Amino acid sequence: MSAHDVAVPAAVEGDGARPSGRTYGVLLAVLVGVILVAPYFLYPVFLMKVLCFALFASALNLLLGYGGLLSFGHAAFFGFASYISAHAAKVWGLPPELAILSGTAAATVLGAVFGALAIRRQGIYFAMITLALAQLIYFVSLQSEFTGGEDGIQSVPRGVLFGVLPLTDDRTLYYVVATIFLAGFLLIFRIIHSPFGQVLRAIRDNEPRAISLGYRTVQYKLATFVISAGIAGLAGATKALVFQLASLTDVHWSMSGEVVLMTLVGGMGTIFGPAVGAIVVVSMQNYLATLGAWVPIVQGIVFVVCVLLFREGIIGVLSRWTKRPL
Amino acid sequence: MSELLGVPSQVLFGQLLLGLINGSFYAVLSLGLAIIFGLLNIINFAHGAQYMMGAFVAWMLLQYAGVGYWWALLAAPVVVGITGVVIERLLLARLRNADHLYGLLLTFGLALIIQGIFRNEYGVSGLPYGIPPELAGGRNLGFMFLPNYRAWVVLASLTLCLATWFVIERTRLGAYLRAATENPTLVQAFGINVPLLVTLTYGFGVALAAFAGVLAAPIYSVNPNMGADMIIVVFAVVVIGGMGSILGSIVTGFALGIVEGLTKVFYPEASSTVIFVIMILVLLVKPAGLFGRAA
Repeated sequence: MSAHDVAVPAAVEGDGARPSGRTYGVLLAVLVGVILVAPYFLYPVFLMKVLCFALFASALNLLLGYGGLLSFGHAAFFGFASYISAHAAKVWGLPPELAILSGTAAATVLGAVFGALAIRRQGIYFAMITLALAQLIYFVSLQSEFTGGEDGIQSVPRGVLFGVLPLTDDRTLYYVVATIFLAGFLLIFRIIHSPFGQVLRAIRDNEPRAISLGYRTVQYKLATFVISAGIAGLAGATKALVFQLASLTDVHWSMSGEVVLMTLVGGMGTIFGPAVGAIVVVSMQNYLATLGAWVPIVQGIVFVVCVLLFREGIIGVLSRWTKRPL
Repeated sequence: MSELLGVPSQVLFGQLLLGLINGSFYAVLSLGLAIIFGLLNIINFAHGAQYMMGAFVAWMLLQYAGVGYWWALLAAPVVVGITGVVIERLLLARLRNADHLYGLLLTFGLALIIQGIFRNEYGVSGLPYGIPPELAGGRNLGFMFLPNYRAWVVLASLTLCLATWFVIERTRLGAYLRAATENPTLVQAFGINVPLLVTLTYGFGVALAAFAGVLAAPIYSVNPNMGADMIIVVFAVVVIGGMGSILGSIVTGFALGIVEGLTKVFYPEASSTVIFVIMILVLLVKPAGLFGRAA
């Protein structure tokens, strides 16, 4: 994809602006601090929802913002993992850590298959293929027996973590979810700032040049797709335990659209953007819930406004103002 | 000839016909997508919503103005096409120099807005729209009963597709269009108003979708969600066929409709997924698509 004009904050691209370790250190410390105290001010279930979606959006952003590949089917990984995790916890009776792990593993495998198929076509076809493959998963989920069809898998037990820590209490579970989020978030952070991440950005900006330098770009793209799908699966598997529910909503195309919206609102190709986008979109859903059917319309308007006027997203704009990659 | 391949021929041909009808819609919709993509470099995610709008405009014309099917078949594409022209001028024109993924995101947002508005106004249960009296009834062909309206849908779609192909491949206007697809700057330099051409092309592509929507109205009930799932299948159709060739889009659309119809007869569980499975096979064997040029 010739993504030369994808709105990536100028500061990230500039030669002089080396990612400064101190800025990140301070911001990460603030993030951890906020996560630690948040449940004393806000409802833990709401916060867990935000964290799951923040991780989901960060996973998509790794692919979209740093790889330049728009997957419009990430709900497949999120939703499939949540089904597997719910099934593992409820039917197989696995403890939560293994349930989440099996969901994540399933999403990673699915990501390898879908990724290998989708990267066979470039650009705009990539988005259409991922969307169509995700719709395949949606129909399979609708018809399979183990997913419970329209009902989904309900009353999934949260279980006892490592056999010692019961997760029935919301606040206990919150800190577990927060740990999972931070682990996933730091993994993405690490990948982006590794040599692998550098090559990935080079491919995004100019794939022919990366090929001419001897990089096997297809393998880089596939690896990114698989990692992204796996982390999306981690988010979905965790969400199934938080809400004790895996349902068709999680695999529907509108979910894929929502996570793209979060990434767009927060800022594609920024570290903290997708998390901020998740806060905005999930809060919007919560506070607009009384409007009911108007929520998709509002989301559609946000999409249109962001694309036309606000392509860098919240963190992208901040990043430009402060001249620092965020 | 009451049984064929172990299936009652009535069922077999009935499903084949239904497949052919779905195929007509796939063909008309993927044709519109391909034309829009050719000139605007945008995948029009709102295409399904605009197909739904076509059906709704026909329903409204009948409900509020007493305008019948035949005039609606003419008026609805014009009305929806005009909304397309407005959308192009106000919104899409601003994305001319942006990466094409933004076009997809913008039109996705538009689809959410349009579908949401109709859902709020008319609910999701679907509104009935009668078959025009001239096409009511059907005829017995001996091996199957052929409802007149369904025959008309296939005939009308096929004619429309071939007419579109003729205009693009065999007329002067079509030559401008093809030239602008190849190199808009050069065509502009020859004194042809390319931005106008782009706007009209989008309007025309959208009008095609609306036409399909009017055709669909008497078969499926008029429903705000009728285009949402359709568009994803059409995306798969486009991936299978490739957007390089007009005739390719038409053939792929009809063929996949028939395959879907046959699947409904022999293995109904897979009927909603068969097109996606074919897409996977095509990606494995011929990644550029059946009629596509290698990237």
